[in-house]
Amino acid sequence: MVSSINGKVVQMANSTELGHLISNMVDTIIDAGWMDFAFVGVVRGGDTLAHLMGAELSRRGLSVPDVYSIDITLYRDDLYSGLERPILTHTNLPLSVDGLRLVLVDDVLFTGRTIRAALQEISDYGRPEWVRLAVLVDRGHRELPIQADIVGQQMTVSKVSKVEVSIHHPLQAEDGIRIDEGQYD
Amino acid sequence: MTNLGLLGQKDVLGLRGMSSEQLTLVLDTAMQFRTISKRAVKKVPTLRGRTVVMAFFENSTRTKISFEVAAKRLSADVISFSASTSSSKKGETLLDTARNLDAMSPDAMVIRHNQTGAPHMLSRHFSWSVINAGDGINEHPSQGLLDLLTMRDYLGDLAGKRIAIVGDVRHSRVARSNIFALRTMGAQVLIAGPGTMCPDHFEGMGVEVCHHIDEILDSVDAVMMLRVQRERLGRAMLPSIEEYASLYGLNMERVQRCQSHCLFMHPGPINHGVEMMPDVLDDPRTVVMQQVTNGIAVRMALLHLALSGQRE
Repeated sequence: MVSSINGKVVQMANSTELGHLISNMVDTIIDAGWMDFAFVGVVRGGDTLAHLMGAELSRRGLSVPDVYSIDITLYRDDLYSGLERPILTHTNLPLSVDGLRLVLVDDVLFTGRTIRAALQEISDYGRPEWVRLAVLVDRGHRELPIQADIVGQQMTVSKVSKVEVSIHHPLQAEDGIRIDEGQYD
Repeated sequence: MTNLGLLGQKDVLGLRGMSSEQLTLVLDTAMQFRTISKRAVKKVPTLRGRTVVMAFFENSTRTKISFEVAAKRLSADVISFSASTSSSKKGETLLDTARNLDAMSPDAMVIRHNQTGAPHMLSRHFSWSVINAGDGINEHPSQGLLDLLTMRDYLGDLAGKRIAIVGDVRHSRVARSNIFALRTMGAQVLIAGPGTMCPDHFEGMGVEVCHHIDEILDSVDAVMMLRVQRERLGRAMLPSIEEYASLYGLNMERVQRCQSHCLFMHPGPINHGVEMMPDVLDDPRTVVMQQVTNGIAVRMALLHLALSGQRE
């Protein structure tokens, strides 16, 4: 049975704050000294975020990495569970990723299952030199041993809450991060 | 609970009755699957642990291989079964054969049979997905879909396009699947051939019937040649192969009269020098090999979409 006890929606970041988080993430990349890498955004939120990070690098006069995208639908471990109706979108990776340095980008890191799937898909395209992970929000409740190298914001959120990231390239006034505290039992 | 999957139906028995939304979903999904065949690792884990039975009660090369490749690229386990090496030679009925395969817990069966309606009969008896790979003279839905995808690749939106199907439409399951799908997508379909092969009552399917190929060539966007099925034809149907070739065969002289964007298609295998002259295959507008490539992607899409709703 699904019942919403308190469908409260809390705004965690507005559009301006979202811009600051992205800028901080780019700071961390520069501080870490990562060079000659490409972004791989996880469709859909992640690829927009990757483009925004690329734009931020460009604003600072730094070279903009290639931005690829990855759709992990076919690699999901719950594809046929009947919970959702997954619609395929497009994976845009080079046909060989051998030796490339890849920064996976996603909007929300939760159970880690999406990143597991993305890593498996990337390995079917070859053997990158390394893969790192940058996420806008780490909301905890991991179900696999996966951690991000760069986190825009840590959030303590109950497992049943929904973290909604609205993001556009370029950022729009209504963009932001919201938590829907709707409880399910 | 029965979950019908993304396609909204358990089986793929034919293109008759499928909506334009369903057809478009298959084509759009197939486009995403095309890239997988270009990668170094030509495989995704989507159907890992699923079993797909290929039950071919009639000869086939490309359809069987194409479905096998599709299932394997989705990581399914494939069990191939051909009538010539099985107990159906000993007189086992189709239903008994299927019951035995059912005991092996398959998730889908791809079936070709010379009896019209054989896949439909199986779909009523079993819970797994049945995918029709050609039944008698009824339908060949995966061929219709790969033809549709190939035409859409080159011609864009098919609404209002004029598509000619030339040859033995009467006995062609390829033609029937194409007619159903093309009509649903809003295309105009013209069929051409001798009266024995293109009877006037096909007008009831919403197609234009012509008996002279030369009258329609300059106005169509694609010409689909059908194979002259010598094994199925008697002399009454076709008195002379040579006469057929000269009246209906696609030769360079006819090709030159077509529009510059007109596609030339053939489901294969081709009778060279009968329905299609060898030099036509070299024309840049001939898309026979693209049809084969699209076949794998379309069959991956069908397996994915049909199986996507199953399992508890």
